[in-house]
Amino acid sequence: MTERLILEPNTDDPDGVYQFIIDMHKDLSEEESHAANARLILIMANHIGDENIIAKAAAIARKNTLKK
Amino acid sequence: MPYIPPEYNSVVPDCVSTGTIEKTKVVVVGAGPVGLAMALDLSLHGMDVIVLNRETRLSDGSRAICYAKRPLEIMDRLGFAGEMVAKGVNWNVGRVFFKDDPEPVYSFDLLPLKDQKQPAMVNLQQYYNEEFNITALTARENVDLRWGNEALDVRPEGEKVFVGVGTSHGNYTIEADWLVACDGAHSPVRSMMGMGFEGETFQDNFLIADVKFKKEHPSERHFWFDPPFNPGQSVLLHKQPDDVWRIDFQVGCDIDRDEIVKPENVTPRIKAMLGDDVEFEYEWISIYTFNCRRVDQMALGRVFFAGDSAHLVSPFGARGANTGFQDIDNLAWKLSMVDTGLAPPNLLQSYNEERLLAADINILNSTRSTDFITPKSKVSGIFRDAVLELSRDYAFARAFINSGRLSTPVPYPDSSLNTPDSDQWKGGVVPGTNAVDAPIRIKGQDAWLLDQLGWGFKGLYFAGPEGIDDELHQELVKLAEADLPVETLLVVPIGAEEDNLLPVLVDHKGLVQKRYGAATGSYYLFRPDQYVAARWQKFRPEDILNALSRATGKSGESE
Repeated sequence: MTERLILEPNTDDPDGVYQFIIDMHKDLSEEESHAANARLILIMANHIGDENIIAKAAAIARKNTLKK
Repeated sequence: MPYIPPEYNSVVPDCVSTGTIEKTKVVVVGAGPVGLAMALDLSLHGMDVIVLNRETRLSDGSRAICYAKRPLEIMDRLGFAGEMVAKGVNWNVGRVFFKDDPEPVYSFDLLPLKDQKQPAMVNLQQYYNEEFNITALTARENVDLRWGNEALDVRPEGEKVFVGVGTSHGNYTIEADWLVACDGAHSPVRSMMGMGFEGETFQDNFLIADVKFKKEHPSERHFWFDPPFNPGQSVLLHKQPDDVWRIDFQVGCDIDRDEIVKPENVTPRIKAMLGDDVEFEYEWISIYTFNCRRVDQMALGRVFFAGDSAHLVSPFGARGANTGFQDIDNLAWKLSMVDTGLAPPNLLQSYNEERLLAADINILNSTRSTDFITPKSKVSGIFRDAVLELSRDYAFARAFINSGRLSTPVPYPDSSLNTPDSDQWKGGVVPGTNAVDAPIRIKGQDAWLLDQLGWGFKGLYFAGPEGIDDELHQELVKLAEADLPVETLLVVPIGAEEDNLLPVLVDHKGLVQKRYGAATGSYYLFRPDQYVAARWQKFRPEDILNALSRATGKSGESE
């Protein structure tokens, strides 16, 4: 059973979530930030587990990046 | 002393001087591991075979060194797996290292299912495989292995394939019913047939050094990412028999290929890796890049492609030769049945269907391994290193490490030859999947299930301790005596009575029943390549006959 990728608000604490992500990068060099981002994505990807959800999320991220 | 391949006498058939056309059943082009196994399989199926090989010697160097369980099972059916396993290095453990850390970031165990005849993986130089195969071939009267005979042109005409052959003393022509091209990555037959070969070429060079040294080192596969002795690149170490070690260095894109293979340039790499004090000698040095490609069609009328002529992958995962053996395993029985009229020509299309699927899955796996091992962009490298760093502390990340996913048989779940399950099953072996081995006893002697399967269609009937009644006996005997026979083997629990009409396999450990998810009354139908064609909870003769029609391409005819 494939769950839908949620694209509506899904957290009770959006400001807190955003802050955790930004704080992860505190005092990191750009290179370290890239490394931390990669780790965060891998950890979250494993937590989500469902490859279809991850594929959809990746497709949206890419599409939105290329949309200028 | 490095290995010197045996030299064979160049063959000049009489047809060269007489000018007559030579006739045979099958021409196999190429006497590498796949061509030799193809020839042996067809020969054992009773077909006359001529093998053409341009060279007069076996391959130099170790080349394909990892032989996985399923190919070993195929070689066992062909009769030479015993030699392979006796000579080869049996290994199960792989370790992955990162940078200068002497502790592996990740280790795996192939954890072979116990109680199977063949091991999970055996390492052995390719020339041993070829020699064992040639020994078996030489004992066959219906195979003609012709060294120094080059296929110059291939012309399919109607029901025949004409092959122009060149020898040291002139040319001749063979008229064959079938041709199998096992002539390798650069397959001349592929070009002659104008067969497309699309895919991807990878830029990184890899340097193979097969070196001989005596050192206590476990029989394990070791893989390094970014080690101090090859900074920024990968290294793979494998053990072979005769104290030969395969070392495979990634060496990047911008290199001088002629310079890098000179022993004086390889030696510093090996000393950096093994230490200055290890004395070694070279068995083989080679440089390669690789491709992931496949032909558009593996079956084109009466011409077939098998092995590297049909598909290429990176070496990570040992999916080259191992896949080739599974090609020939799939093709031989089909060719034999179509040739003798037991099956319609349509059956041969299933070779294309099933083995192209396998090629695609192998290419997918191989490409993914390559992307992990040789990241194509900066960000890809960042992710790769993140996986390796996380792996030290977190189990989840180890699953992402891809230093090559080792060859396992590709099932054909949607093959047109399968009869899909109509009953509810808990586990077992799904139609389109290769048979799982298990220990049995026959007349009190220890034996293996797989040795009882293959060559023709076989059935397993799971009988209870009281055996089977007369009516069922008659039905099963009738199936075994049909034009297209299905020989049924009775699987019985320990202590059951012998049967005087049908072969009895005593499931003394209960593993056959367990591995096949079977209950009393279950029936499995196996193809001649030991793949499951169909299975039922309850035996009905008409089900078997319908499944047999599908499995021989008959039902596909009318569709």
